[in-house]
Amino acid sequence: MNELSFFIQALIYLSSAIIIVPIANRLGLGSVLGYLIAGIVIGPFVFGFVGTEGKDMLHFAEFGVVMMLFAIGLELELDLLWRLKFWLLGLGGLQIILTTVITAAFAFGFGFSWKPALALGLILSLSSTAIVLQTLKEKGLMKSVSGQASFSVLLFQDMAVIPILAIFPMLSETDVTTSSHGHSLIEHLPGYAKTLVVLSVVVGIILVGKYLLSPFFRLLAKSGNREIFTGASLLLVIAISVLMGAVGVSAALGTFLGGVVLASSEFRHELESNIEPFKGLLLGLFFLSVGASMDLPVVMQSPSKILGIVFGIIFIKALVLFLLGLVFRLPLDQNLYFSLALSQVGEFSFVLFGYSEGLGLFQEETIIILVACVAVSMALTPVLLLLYEKTIFGFLESKIPKKQTEQNIHKQENPVIICGFGRFGNMLGRFLRSNAIGITILDFDADRVEMLGRFGFKVYFGDATRLELLEAAGLEHAKVLVAALDNPEKQAELIRNVSQHYPNIKIVARAGDREGAYDLKEMGVQYIYRETRETAVLMGKDVLRLLGSRAHTAEKAKNLFLKHDDDTFHELFDLRRDRVQYMSLAKQRNAELERLMLVDLGKEEELERDPWSEMER
Amino acid sequence: MPKILILLVHPALEKSKANQMLLDSIPNSENITLHDLYEEYPNFSINVKTEQNLIADHQIILFQHPLYWYSCPPLMKLWIDLVLEDGWAYGPGGNQLKGKKWIQVITTGGSKDAYSKDGFHGYETEDFLLPFRRTAELCGMDFLKPFLVQGTFQLNELDLQKESNRYSKFINQLLGGIYE
Repeated sequence: MNELSFFIQALIYLSSAIIIVPIANRLGLGSVLGYLIAGIVIGPFVFGFVGTEGKDMLHFAEFGVVMMLFAIGLELELDLLWRLKFWLLGLGGLQIILTTVITAAFAFGFGFSWKPALALGLILSLSSTAIVLQTLKEKGLMKSVSGQASFSVLLFQDMAVIPILAIFPMLSETDVTTSSHGHSLIEHLPGYAKTLVVLSVVVGIILVGKYLLSPFFRLLAKSGNREIFTGASLLLVIAISVLMGAVGVSAALGTFLGGVVLASSEFRHELESNIEPFKGLLLGLFFLSVGASMDLPVVMQSPSKILGIVFGIIFIKALVLFLLGLVFRLPLDQNLYFSLALSQVGEFSFVLFGYSEGLGLFQEETIIILVACVAVSMALTPVLLLLYEKTIFGFLESKIPKKQTEQNIHKQENPVIICGFGRFGNMLGRFLRSNAIGITILDFDADRVEMLGRFGFKVYFGDATRLELLEAAGLEHAKVLVAALDNPEKQAELIRNVSQHYPNIKIVARAGDREGAYDLKEMGVQYIYRETRETAVLMGKDVLRLLGSRAHTAEKAKNLFLKHDDDTFHELFDLRRDRVQYMSLAKQRNAELERLMLVDLGKEEELERDPWSEMER
Repeated sequence: MPKILILLVHPALEKSKANQMLLDSIPNSENITLHDLYEEYPNFSINVKTEQNLIADHQIILFQHPLYWYSCPPLMKLWIDLVLEDGWAYGPGGNQLKGKKWIQVITTGGSKDAYSKDGFHGYETEDFLLPFRRTAELCGMDFLKPFLVQGTFQLNELDLQKESNRYSKFINQLLGGIYE
């Protein structure tokens, strides 16, 4: 592909996405269906803007799925995985076994011999991680019961791809010992050695992730160069997938593992927001290429046959899932959603069909038809879900009371996000923590993040002025955002970003001095705190005591001063542009304050007495 | 020898000559503990446990305070509300104060005559102390006659000297186990 045609390709892909996806979203179809339609439109069989290289593009775009799993891994802490183990193994495992057996039986009935039938069963039992997770995410259902159940099943399926790849050569009827499709470096090794290599690679990833990556990222972070950090994030994902690919493990699973290892790292949110745009675009590209590579002529030649197969598969898969949902006690509305959501065949089937082609498991014609079926089933998923939502779901939802279980699965979201964890944010964090308030902390000083991490604070490395980072850190669930960045410009940027996009979040902001506080007030911040004000006045209070004042009197003086200072702050704010008037009013107010304080201290006998001095002695 | 806990409760002690004089005349004794509540708790966060331990250690509880609006200053009311807990000071199992003495040392701006049936206030000073008397009784304490320094607005140096001598003698009598 020369340079020009590369750009023309990009032009076609991007513009079709930009035109069709928003329309699809507007119509409530969801962006996945939008991408698929866009793919079909530009594909060889409608406008033919892109040729049959759609399939090659597909391989490249599969990297979007890999990145998505990495991002999912990042969001998963091990205890959540542990909590899901019951569903992961039970629901996921049974789903694959049952679907495989039933589909294989049908295939056998349609004249396949049992080995290819079994292979077909295995391929069709997998669902599309990309479509389902993207759809669930867009609809905000990731944390619902159906979301968690779907996630568990998909995760199990992704892991199952490894043994499936291992089983396939054994199912091959032609005597193929090594796959022609093999790109694995360890293909020639005996079985036990393969296992050993895979295991040591996995352990290696875990160890490197746990002990080497954080210091490495810290080093990069110190350079203060954001592009380098983004580059390193990409490099990490690519490296893991190459490594995993080299030992024949699915890249998606490998990066997922890498993500899980890094989930507890302080760089988690920064990594997430770095990968996010690439992930989104590549996933889009993936759906586009699925659309573009859909072999419409094959579908058109025998539409009833294709549709029959597609609906047959969807029916079997949905039925198995629904029955398992009953066994696992999913609420009815959630169970139906879950069954339909996972009823399509997944993107791994493209890989597996390619692999089995090399093994001579199926005839070429069969594969063409089945691949078309898979693509159609994928394209149908958003439509089915939309239909379900518009009809039964709304009806059921109003009838079924919200189950408590949903609450339990919800991840702990912290109500307070502290941006900037220097000496000021630190103190605030300690105070809130001692009051059992959950806090998420973002800071851009790698050393500090590490140090505070050792004190048991959950501090994440990142530039808080980036909205996507704040979102990754759970901004939409937060009630209060603490803006305590040292740099006034950064501070202003942060406040503008958040108040513009999330007007419901309360912003409490730290200001350096009175001028800084005016600037914040001008931006519309309601809760402003001058960092040295309280401390200085507290110190003043103690000086009064050291000079012989009584504790309660000094306390009153402090409170009086602070109250007066608050009042004049707002009063003087309006005059701050007019220096002459400002100074005059400020002087006047200071004189008043002094008089007030003297009265309160009983040092000015001729002035009015304060209430207690009028009382009986 | 009984131990005396003097709870000084004055929000503006620096403005009260009378109370300062009284304080100065408290005899030096290891059996007397002076506990200045407004100094200890300037922002009204009373440590109940500390206070209860202090009381448990003493037999005579003496509140030295001015009379504000026919009652005690706010911190003393808060102290009573918080420290005299149900189950500790009264109620089932609340016998920690049983047999202890409750004495108030009160300064009033108005004279003794003003605090009389025919005077300006129309009642005796002790009539205004009924809530305190009842509180002490409920806790099983002996409510003793208050030590009053009255008419502080009119007192001259000499009068103040006399009052402080009287106070010093009063406390020494308490230490000797003599209750009027």
